[in-house]
Amino acid sequence: MLKGRLRKDKIARHYMLTVTILAMFVLLLIGGGLLFKSWPIIQEKGLWSLLSTSNWRPFKGDFGFASYIISTLYVTGIAIVIALPLSLLTSIYIVEYASPKIQRAFSSGVDLLSGIPPVIYGVWGTLTIVPFISEKLAPNFVEFSTGYSVLAGGIVLAIMIIPLIISILMEVFGAVPKEMREASMSLGATKWQTVKKVVVRKSIPGIVAAVVLAISRAFGETIAVLMVCGNFTDLPKSIFDACYPIPALIANNYGEMMSVPKYESALMFAAFLLFFIIVVFNVISRIVLIQIDKRYQL
Amino acid sequence: MELLTEPLITEQPKTVRTRKPGCDKPHIEVENLNLYIQNNHILKNINLSIPDKSITCIIGPSGCGKTTLLRTFNRLHDDSVDVRITGKLFVDCEDIYAKDAEVTHIRKKMGLLAQRPCSLPMSIIDNVVYGPRLHGIRGKRNLYAIARHQLEAVGLWDEVKDRLKTPASKLSIGQQQRLCLARGLAVEPEIILGDEATSALDPISSKTIEELFVSIKDRYTIVLVTHTLRQAKRIADYVAFMYLGELIEFGTADQVFNNPKHKLTKEYISGGFS
Repeated sequence: MLKGRLRKDKIARHYMLTVTILAMFVLLLIGGGLLFKSWPIIQEKGLWSLLSTSNWRPFKGDFGFASYIISTLYVTGIAIVIALPLSLLTSIYIVEYASPKIQRAFSSGVDLLSGIPPVIYGVWGTLTIVPFISEKLAPNFVEFSTGYSVLAGGIVLAIMIIPLIISILMEVFGAVPKEMREASMSLGATKWQTVKKVVVRKSIPGIVAAVVLAISRAFGETIAVLMVCGNFTDLPKSIFDACYPIPALIANNYGEMMSVPKYESALMFAAFLLFFIIVVFNVISRIVLIQIDKRYQL
Repeated sequence: MELLTEPLITEQPKTVRTRKPGCDKPHIEVENLNLYIQNNHILKNINLSIPDKSITCIIGPSGCGKTTLLRTFNRLHDDSVDVRITGKLFVDCEDIYAKDAEVTHIRKKMGLLAQRPCSLPMSIIDNVVYGPRLHGIRGKRNLYAIARHQLEAVGLWDEVKDRLKTPASKLSIGQQQRLCLARGLAVEPEIILGDEATSALDPISSKTIEELFVSIKDRYTIVLVTHTLRQAKRIADYVAFMYLGELIEFGTADQVFNNPKHKLTKEYISGGFS
């Protein structure tokens, strides 16, 4: 009897270990596969020339990724700059100030928002954000803009990642012990002082983690951004110019014009690039988190 | 906060109750206080006067409302939407549940020591000067002097003076509780509330805290909720015994322990139930 139990225990452990290793292996498999496929173009052009030039003329054999990389970073940067303050304030309000009734209503609303398919955000962006930029906003700053721009991509992306950040931050703020708030309040701190100096401070690692997740998501978001950012290969000079992020490049072109030499390899390189950016970004943020923890022991 | 090589030592003003002119009530006076959580009647018509400059222990079995009562003293129930309070609670003749009462000012008058020490997520010194900073005290020298004074008062200075800037969470739990006391004293309260402040500590740390309470009771009004009868016997000047949300008996420690008036009190202190 005992032997059977122990054997089951052992089997369960080994089985789970295998599955876990398999999951990690998939990561390596994808990275390796992409690198393998993009190897021909790296060999022909050299890594540096692929990354530093922005000429994109597949028929002539020019493959420069600089404008795609810049576009991706640009759109993601704008999205996070818009999304983070809004989500911070919203989640602080929900967790710290709102009554339980409102809290419940809000959190189901937030869940609903994150469930909306990206294509709907894309259509909505095309119908509202794009004309707003081209007619109302851009004329104040530049001579002409179609509205399909870095800014439009950033705004739509921001709206898409806000629910994600809010739902993580609500967990993070909720995890700050009640006693800590009471300790602060009993020293005569107002609610706002408590939030600012204790709750947010205690939550810094969580906030960093939320931002990392949101950025990783934003890097890869394809369809909604593709619909509003113009998809024009050039280095964007202002936020009102069109741009062409990496995921949009892949989605628009993969499967077409595959007869062009090296084209498939170039797109695979784009995919590898995206993969690499996200992995590196995650590693860096993990290091930052460890450092924060080491220094402050929050 | 930078450490100064030659610390400035200033004598801190002794905190004594600054009695409001014309106020002849005891420091804390509870009048017909009732507290409901949803529809449960938790505190039933409590009437209690807590005298100045002494240690008052609230004792009673688990779930009798001791902690709930203590928390009404600095309005920590404010954020719980389910809680409804009726009656009056005077601190220094000011009804803290009146409509125009200002809560941060009331809380500043009281230092709270929780069951488990709760250090704030910052350095040791920043923990101590957290309160003074909130209330507008600025300047490294001033803050350092306050921190040193209060850490000395709780006997923690020698243990932490070389690592004031390390995170408070690195201290042992007993040290953290003394740190919390120092932090509470730094806002110069008149009242100290302790919610089973020693129950999570080892015997030696809890003895240190008890001795601290005794040594400062000539300057503060101290109210302690305690589970350990022996502790109450050791340090209490006055004892309030609660049972099922009612205040059964209140009197001097001597009277309650040696000559209890009520049958329930007698049973409880003789260990009849717990």
